[in-house]
Amino acid sequence: MAPAIITLAADAPKLDSGNTAFLLLSAALVMVMTPGLAFFYGGMVRVKSALNMLMMSFISLGIITILWTLYGFSFAFHSGNGFMGSGGWAGLRNIGMGEPWLSTGVPILAFAMFQLMFAVITPALISGALADRVKFTAWTLFIALWATIVYFPVAHWVWAPDGWLAKRHVLDFAGGTAVHINAGAAALGVILVIGKRKGFKKDPMRPHSLPLVMLGAGLLWFGWFGFNAGSELTADKVASVAFTNTQVATAAAMLGWLIYERLRHGSFTTLGAASGAVAGLVAITPACGSISPLGSILLGLVAGVGCAAAVGLKYRFNYDDSLDVVGVHMVGGIIGSLAIGFLSTGTVYPGQAGVFYGGGWTQFGRQCLGVGAVLGYSLVCAAILAKLIDLVMGFRVTEDEEVTGIDQVLHAETAYDFTGVGGRSAALAGDGSISEADASSSKKVDA
Amino acid sequence: MKLITAVVKPHRLDEIKEALQAFGVHGLTVTEASGYGRQRGHTEVYRGAEYTVDLVPKIRIEVLVEDADADQLIEVVVKAARTGKIGDGKVWSLPVDTAVRVRTGERGPDAL
Repeated sequence: MAPAIITLAADAPKLDSGNTAFLLLSAALVMVMTPGLAFFYGGMVRVKSALNMLMMSFISLGIITILWTLYGFSFAFHSGNGFMGSGGWAGLRNIGMGEPWLSTGVPILAFAMFQLMFAVITPALISGALADRVKFTAWTLFIALWATIVYFPVAHWVWAPDGWLAKRHVLDFAGGTAVHINAGAAALGVILVIGKRKGFKKDPMRPHSLPLVMLGAGLLWFGWFGFNAGSELTADKVASVAFTNTQVATAAAMLGWLIYERLRHGSFTTLGAASGAVAGLVAITPACGSISPLGSILLGLVAGVGCAAAVGLKYRFNYDDSLDVVGVHMVGGIIGSLAIGFLSTGTVYPGQAGVFYGGGWTQFGRQCLGVGAVLGYSLVCAAILAKLIDLVMGFRVTEDEEVTGIDQVLHAETAYDFTGVGGRSAALAGDGSISEADASSSKKVDA
Repeated sequence: MKLITAVVKPHRLDEIKEALQAFGVHGLTVTEASGYGRQRGHTEVYRGAEYTVDLVPKIRIEVLVEDADADQLIEVVVKAARTGKIGDGKVWSLPVDTAVRVRTGERGPDAL
């Protein structure tokens, strides 16, 4: 009996129920960001591709969860070299149920699920740049490959204890580099390869439902507390700092964007409010653990105004970043990541104070390294992947299909049916009953 | 008989309906329409991108009346639809050969 009691006593303090509860709930909050993103993007496209836009995010929940289980978590977070983890946790095997992640008191499996939600939303972020024009199969192949070659390794660089950027003291609390710059740069890489929508800069491409956009932005804001505060992994004072900064910076960024567009274009728009909030959430993500609430107001304002100005670049440089993934996520991520070099107080991370807090330029240099490495790697890999997929199977739908609308052509559905008159009749079989859809007899659709 | 068609601002519908009822019109048809006249469309801005929206929402009201009532009815509609601002719309009339009440088979003015 005696040895057993000793073992139990030694085991007991390793896991912390408070921290575990906090992290599991945070994971669930981050999960709901992906549907939130789907609505945020889905409302912004024209009605003919609303469902496709929703699906591009939703499918990430399917694909990435499986890859994460098979090898993603292991490549991202098992010890390995500076570039990526080993396969020791492939299949989520060999993880001791009572083993905590580092010194957090949280089971490794809970940490794995929390990080999974980040891995899910990051590829989904890219989809906004590709609205209206890509094959669904090409998209699913792309996110599977991009997650494997880019996201899993980059998460290791930034967050694994032996990652090469983590070792160089680059600060990224919740994913300014690994999530936002990563996704934004990938979006830029892909759109440079696949090109513009038909009618870009000519046809009106108004959002079909701004209420959906606002709903999506609201869900993102809500879920982001799990994303940022949860990234502390433990329910403690730093998590409270992160939570506070998330709220403050987001509020400031929303106001910044609204003021900018009122002065520049004449109106306070709902799309501006939603976009400003998301820009603030993006910018505070890397910085939420290391700066002060007043610093967050400054960062939020800079991000709101900066991103509002950056979304206009696509018209000047003529690239079709359809829903401004580059303008909001890449630019916002860069602003937030570099701002740490100025605004880091050095309280939470002693010796890593920024320029404004007497830390000199050292931390700013490290942040530049993190930004440059992730941006360059993701952009180049994404462009190469897009080119390969385009050569093998064609990344885009045909021009006819693009004009008709991707929902009807690829998903065989229509987002809204408001017709009371029955304009679209069911396919009736001889006996008057609705016939079962039969792929072999219907028009072959090359998704 | 005459067919009176009015394409007017949507928010005037209630006033027009009330005026027509007071005049003694028992039925009308309303459809949502879009179009533009002299006022053209309007401008909308999404993330800094300006879109000119040519077609603005209108409603089209159609009423069948006896010839004798036509001119007076047009006056009633015009008066109820007018706001005095640009974009108030148009009203016109056309001759109608015949009309049938589906339920009873009555024809001509009796069908109104």
